[in-house]
Amino acid sequence: MSRMTIDDLRRVLVECAGEADGEALTADRQDRDFEEFGYDSLALMETAARIEAEYGVRVPEERMAELRTPREVLDLVNDALVRTS
Amino acid sequence: MSEGVYVTGIGLLAPNGSGLEQHWAATLAGRSGIATLSRFDVSRYPVRLAGQVDDFDAARHLPSRLLPQTDISTQLALVAADWALADAEIDEGFFADYDTGVVTSNATGGFEFTHREFRKLWTRGSAAVSVYESFAWFYAVNTGQISIRNQFRGPSSALVAEQAGGLDAIGHARRTIRRGTPMVVTGGVDSALDPWGWVAQIASGRLSTATDAHRAYRPFDVDACGYVPGEGGAILVLETASAAAARGARQVYGEIAGYATTFDPPPGSPRPPGLRRAAESALADAGLTPDQVDVVFADASGVPELDRAEAAAISGLFGPFAVPVTAPKALTGRMYSGGGPVDVADALLSIRDGVIPPTPGTAEVPEDYRIDLVRGVPRHHEVTTALVLARGRWGFNSAVVVRAVPGPRTPAPRRPRQPQERT
Repeated sequence: MSRMTIDDLRRVLVECAGEADGEALTADRQDRDFEEFGYDSLALMETAARIEAEYGVRVPEERMAELRTPREVLDLVNDALVRTS
Repeated sequence: MSEGVYVTGIGLLAPNGSGLEQHWAATLAGRSGIATLSRFDVSRYPVRLAGQVDDFDAARHLPSRLLPQTDISTQLALVAADWALADAEIDEGFFADYDTGVVTSNATGGFEFTHREFRKLWTRGSAAVSVYESFAWFYAVNTGQISIRNQFRGPSSALVAEQAGGLDAIGHARRTIRRGTPMVVTGGVDSALDPWGWVAQIASGRLSTATDAHRAYRPFDVDACGYVPGEGGAILVLETASAAAARGARQVYGEIAGYATTFDPPPGSPRPPGLRRAAESALADAGLTPDQVDVVFADASGVPELDRAEAAAISGLFGPFAVPVTAPKALTGRMYSGGGPVDVADALLSIRDGVIPPTPGTAEVPEDYRIDLVRGVPRHHEVTTALVLARGRWGFNSAVVVRAVPGPRTPAPRRPRQPQERT
């Protein structure tokens, strides 16, 4: 399984919860809080389910709720992908 | 005496017109929104005709973030609320957030959304089901989403009473205003035109199996054969007379002058159905006598025995052939919780324009119904007071009285208003 990129995460978020409010999620904005993009806890729960289906990486709901930024999600997913490869 | 509760904005999406004026023009011209249901192949279903809001593209009206979490019924309700607020020209910040409430009705929930998620559950397992299913199916979701989108944080609620609930919402919104919330957004919107929603509706046994769109839903006709379901509804802005005056409301469509609801006795009871009592109580609530009513917007079930019962209630209360009766919903199909609020909107426009829309399609009314059904063409007639009736399966009856407000008449639109867009 290849790494999850910021573009992958943006696509999954849009599929799960719609386009971000305001500025789009891009690499230079990956340290912003999800709240700034308008993504709430339900949007992230939905995203976690989609990540598990696509990448086989399970992100428990409680863990997902602690992740504040896109970079934190990508790091968690890609670390798990490296460990299982 | 309580202060008057005024209707100052209307947002409406119906199968024969998206937008209040579009719908009203179609209603007066007799243009129907009933056609073969096109959302899926209905050729093998016993019921094939529906009133669909065909030109609706939610993505044009609502932010992308709302689309994955809302059923089409909620999307229609959010847009109707946007249009009602734009029509009322409620400026952001005029009312404090806790001084604004939302009271809506819904009868069928989010069928299409839930059907899609069930399909995922059966084919891909529970992890594939959208987290938004947790609320997207729910009767109260329209109230919640309208509240969130517009920051209306005052007393809010949802009422469910099958096809009578839309009038109950308006009645409860009036009560909410009288308890101290100066502005409340209210009404009802429904849609259940996916295959699951469709069979659920067919199961009532009340739907018309006719295939001729012009003859399928003919309430009060000698050949009445059930009803055609529709989708859509209306959202109204209600506010106190003093709030409307303080902000210089651009229009007052009329006053919600009376409201009542009753429940039928159980099947087999010797007691009569509750519809007449609802009408009487709503008139009493308005401080009016039957002779002061200029038109009745009937529930108009289209099921012969229910038409007969309603005709008996109307002729019993008003006297034989004593008041014009109409059912423009024959052009839209029955919109469940949306039906009553759309009738209230039509009644208010009858007051504004001095014209009663006809009941299209209905040709011959049984003589023993003893009602003056407006047929064929609109009847030009000054309207000051209208009674709107609605019934829901399993015994719900509701009645709303709307009345012209004193003073100059509401002007007709200054310009042909396209519903404003806002995302």
